[in-house]
Amino acid sequence: MGHILGVWIAAGLTLMIFSFLYKDNPFYKFAEHVYVGVSAAYACFYTWDYFLMPKLINPLSQHHWLVIIPGIFGLMMLTRWFPRIAWVSRWPISVSVGVGSGLAVVQGMQGLVIPQIKSTILPVMGSSVTFNNLITNLWSHPINNLIIIVGTIATIIYFYFSKEHKGIIGGTAKVGIIFIMVAFGASFGYTVMARISLLIGRISFLINDWLVPLFHSFTH
Amino acid sequence: MNIWEKLSKIDRRIIYLLLALVVIIPIVFKIPSTVAVSGPARMAFDAVDNLPPGTPIIFSTDFDPASMPELRPMMTAMLRHAFKKRLKVIMMGHWPTGIPLSTLILEEAAKEFEVEYGVDYVNIGYRPGAGAVMIQMGREIRNVFNVDIEGTPLDSLPMMKTIHNYSDIGLVACYEAGAMGDIWVQYAWGRFGVKIVMATTAVVTPECYPYLGAHQIEGLIGGMAGAAAYEKLVEHPDKAMIRMSSQAWAHILIIVFIIIGNIGYFMMRRMEKTKTKGA
Repeated sequence: MGHILGVWIAAGLTLMIFSFLYKDNPFYKFAEHVYVGVSAAYACFYTWDYFLMPKLINPLSQHHWLVIIPGIFGLMMLTRWFPRIAWVSRWPISVSVGVGSGLAVVQGMQGLVIPQIKSTILPVMGSSVTFNNLITNLWSHPINNLIIIVGTIATIIYFYFSKEHKGIIGGTAKVGIIFIMVAFGASFGYTVMARISLLIGRISFLINDWLVPLFHSFTH
Repeated sequence: MNIWEKLSKIDRRIIYLLLALVVIIPIVFKIPSTVAVSGPARMAFDAVDNLPPGTPIIFSTDFDPASMPELRPMMTAMLRHAFKKRLKVIMMGHWPTGIPLSTLILEEAAKEFEVEYGVDYVNIGYRPGAGAVMIQMGREIRNVFNVDIEGTPLDSLPMMKTIHNYSDIGLVACYEAGAMGDIWVQYAWGRFGVKIVMATTAVVTPECYPYLGAHQIEGLIGGMAGAAAYEKLVEHPDKAMIRMSSQAWAHILIIVFIIIGNIGYFMMRRMEKTKTKGA
């Protein structure tokens, strides 16, 4: 019974949201408000259950007093609600920015910038070693290296604004625009696929989980 | 008003209706679709397939209900593959909203293959901290996950007795609807050299290709097409392969609209030029 009720609620809310495609209406607004309310409630629950309880309250109850320090920092963040003492919140913010930057800079260099630069330092002639699989070796045509090199240089030059885009710089920047547009096109194509997938998922739910069982319940 | 002007002023609701029809009809009539296996999806399959039986594999759930249509079929297909190969599955996540969903998917697959909790698979749930969690896991998983999702200590689960950090893990499969995949690559691959395959929503997929090109990940399953390819590779056609027919027809419709829109634009511009010249 619980499952059936859940399916009916989900189907009703889906149709209410879809009704916006026709025009804005009270049913859509209701579903939107329910969504916001449920999300906020869920956020409260997991903040309590995953952060405050295991990271602060449980350790304190076991006399691990060191967690008082981050606990106080957390409370200091709440001073943002009071304009006269809002400056206190800058302390915990500076700690989190410092720790975050420290981690991100090191890992960004080690895990992103250096490997990505390495992968663009390729021989112009000779075989590419982009992929290491029989099927994907089809992609390993030497021309790929040239495309990667030209694309990287041209795109970087497009974002080089210290010199006016004229002559060689201007011409290379124009080539860079072509590469950027190709990247945008690929992203747009994938985004279309993603959005259609979501639509398919919802319609599939309405048909297979709601309408088909409903039809069966009438015919049997 | 000529035909091009009429088309340029077409009510958007007619477009929605046509799109709904091309999505609904293949689902109702179960119109089959052919699926081509892409290179990156094959690489992801090979990365799992090459693991010896008994190797632990981490499934990282970094998505929410909105990404279920794309990521659920991928996760189901890879879990089937993992259980079929007798790999040891560790389910975890960096998105709290994803854990109930991956738990559901894991339990369904586990029931299908009659595998035992604690022996063949475990579910260690969610911990906040993302990058910090990944770094701690590189030292000792118990530093962050001392208990599983039900509160059972990891040491009391037979499978976890020999698993302590990434050196005991064969592969990490990340299911991504956001930027958590980047953090996996930067923190786990960058610092510990962990082998990673990514399964992403189509929106995220283009951003992951540079990682594949730089050998930072072992394979990439992108969007519903990637999910359908993986289902084909594991020889277990399911939701993604069925839904790809709707996907293909929707794409054809959108391409037709783009072509009509562009022809209309150029035709109208030409007519305006002719009018201006005539005046």
